[in-house]
Amino acid sequence: MPRLLPYLLLAPATAFLCLFFLYPFSLVAIDSLTRDGTWSLANFERMAGHWKFGPTLRNTLLLAAIVVPLQLTLALLMASMVTRLDRARGMVLYIFAIPLGISDLAAGLVWLAIFEQSGFLNSALSGLGLIDTPQLFLGYQSKGVIFTAVVLTELWRATAIMMVILVAGMGLIPKEYGEAAEVFGASRWQRFRRITLPLLKPSLQTALILRVIMAFEVFAVVLALGGTNLPVLMSETYNWQFTMQERGVAAAYAMVILAISVGFTVLILRLLHVPKEARP
Amino acid sequence: MTFDHIRSAALAAAVLTMAGPALAEPLFWSTQAKPVEETQRMREQVMAGFPGGVDYQPSDEGPWITRIQAEAQAGSGTIAVLGGLHGDLSSLGAMLVDLSSIDTSAVGAAMLELGQLGTGEQKYIPWMQATYLMVANKKALPYLPAGADLNALTYDQMIAWTKALAEGTGGPKFGFPAGPKGLKHRFFQGFLLPAYTGSTVTEFRSAEAEGAWNVFKELWKYTNPASTGYGFMQEQLLTDEVWVAFDHVARIADAFNQRPDDFVAFPAPAGPKGRAFMPVLAGIAVPTTAPDQAQSLALIEYMLRPETQIATLRATNFFPVIATEIPADMPPSVRASAAAIAAMTGAPDALPALLPMGLGDKGGQFSQIYTDTFERIVLNGQPVRAVLDEEAAVLRALMVEANAPCWAPDLASDGPCPVK
Repeated sequence: MPRLLPYLLLAPATAFLCLFFLYPFSLVAIDSLTRDGTWSLANFERMAGHWKFGPTLRNTLLLAAIVVPLQLTLALLMASMVTRLDRARGMVLYIFAIPLGISDLAAGLVWLAIFEQSGFLNSALSGLGLIDTPQLFLGYQSKGVIFTAVVLTELWRATAIMMVILVAGMGLIPKEYGEAAEVFGASRWQRFRRITLPLLKPSLQTALILRVIMAFEVFAVVLALGGTNLPVLMSETYNWQFTMQERGVAAAYAMVILAISVGFTVLILRLLHVPKEARP
Repeated sequence: MTFDHIRSAALAAAVLTMAGPALAEPLFWSTQAKPVEETQRMREQVMAGFPGGVDYQPSDEGPWITRIQAEAQAGSGTIAVLGGLHGDLSSLGAMLVDLSSIDTSAVGAAMLELGQLGTGEQKYIPWMQATYLMVANKKALPYLPAGADLNALTYDQMIAWTKALAEGTGGPKFGFPAGPKGLKHRFFQGFLLPAYTGSTVTEFRSAEAEGAWNVFKELWKYTNPASTGYGFMQEQLLTDEVWVAFDHVARIADAFNQRPDDFVAFPAPAGPKGRAFMPVLAGIAVPTTAPDQAQSLALIEYMLRPETQIATLRATNFFPVIATEIPADMPPSVRASAAAIAAMTGAPDALPALLPMGLGDKGGQFSQIYTDTFERIVLNGQPVRAVLDEEAAVLRALMVEANAPCWAPDLASDGPCPVK
């Protein structure tokens, strides 16, 4: 019986995963690979042949490539700051984490209220006498501005999730390493690069995987700020499923998102791998 | 940018979670009257008169059809009555009961025939109708080109007018509902293309169609670039962001109701092939899985009564399908629209172009082809000929896949509607 206990404890979670993840996932995979009941790659051909597929893939990858490194830098800064605080640490942490409590659609709407033609940015600019008439920032001609607005919103909204993980990770690093380095005259930057960063690898791994996967699933923020002007993988998936009612192609898009997510997860796991014997 | 697409998505989500089976009232599952104000008026002013009350639940088309299919597959259901556009209902033929027993003598024969969906049975009963109109702020009228008659404009005059407006007021004043929830595709399918080609599908890549898209590109120069975010044109008309607009009558109503003296409604412009316009017909039907067929039939009869039809008109701005006197106390939007609809349908060059039919669940993909063509040609500046050739191939494949014969104004076809 004691030998079986661990498996019994794992059983509910495993059953849950099989029922609500693996089973639907295999249905989606089958959907993407069949057409009219026969196995075919027609859905993937249809997806790749559509004129929006290229821009969609490019937008999503570019968004992730810009947002994630920026967030990583910011989250490291914020986490280092929070870790060094003696007083009011909890309060600062909570304030940083406020955007986490807001749904992504609500965050998109908050920033839409800033950028739209009758929004706060326009009122502020005209109040300062910088513009005469309200400007159209998020028009179809200014995709760059829409892109920037999405980047800003994502930074505001989801940096804290990385920060929280990194703060926890930094708390696990024994103080002795830093103190020893200080004795040998290491500067603050050297200590950060040679001690904190390497010892933070496991947390960085978690934070990056979580954040990169979220970046490929970006949807509500883009929809709120860009409508159909800035197509991303998730918005096209939604479009094929609900507007065009073509489940097969939507499933193909879902498989592409999955493939990219798995690919990057494996890459991050490899790059930030810490051998067991090297762990503190 | 508007909140509309988000608002109706949220509404649909709320509806899905609310529409539980525990209610004793008959469930009216509809794709119409989705904006929350309209839903409320449907419940309080239209449905309240039915003995025992009605649970009126609007939904987006996707979830709407998903639930119907799920109930049909399960073989039992809670939906008592379905409401939807002709195109929504046309794919459901086998799941609907024959309604021939309902007294429909007051309804026009042409509309009733549409309700048979090509079968011998009365699959749905016409419920309400509407169309799309042009609206102008009266401030825009002095800019009309010399000699132009507002009730008989051509597309060339339309361009001259919007150009004069853009130059005279310092910015483009024409608004077009090209946002995610805007009905832009209906303009291309039912107005622009038929006016120039006399066709929606067959002549999709003809030289005339190429001309039509070039005309629209010209018009787009004088169109507010924020149009790609517009959903319901009444909002931008009321903020004076645009002075002239095209939209569905139900989506311009607020402009007339809030400032009745400031706006005029007028027919769509005419092209070389005529004044093309798209009549919209909504119908009500009973699914075979309805829990209480007698109650469902009673509700359908109730919806056809003259007083219910007028109440529906008040609630949704959809016009009655039966010949009935429109009371003088109707909202300004109804009076304005009724006159413009009469002028458009009665014009000597009137060319009705029906909503797509026979496409089943491919309706969304069909419209996406017109939206894609617009986005590629007008927004992304791709060459017209190449885009039309590419999208025509997609359209041809879709018509074959859906096996949909042509509908007016395209000439009837034996097999799938051909794309030349």
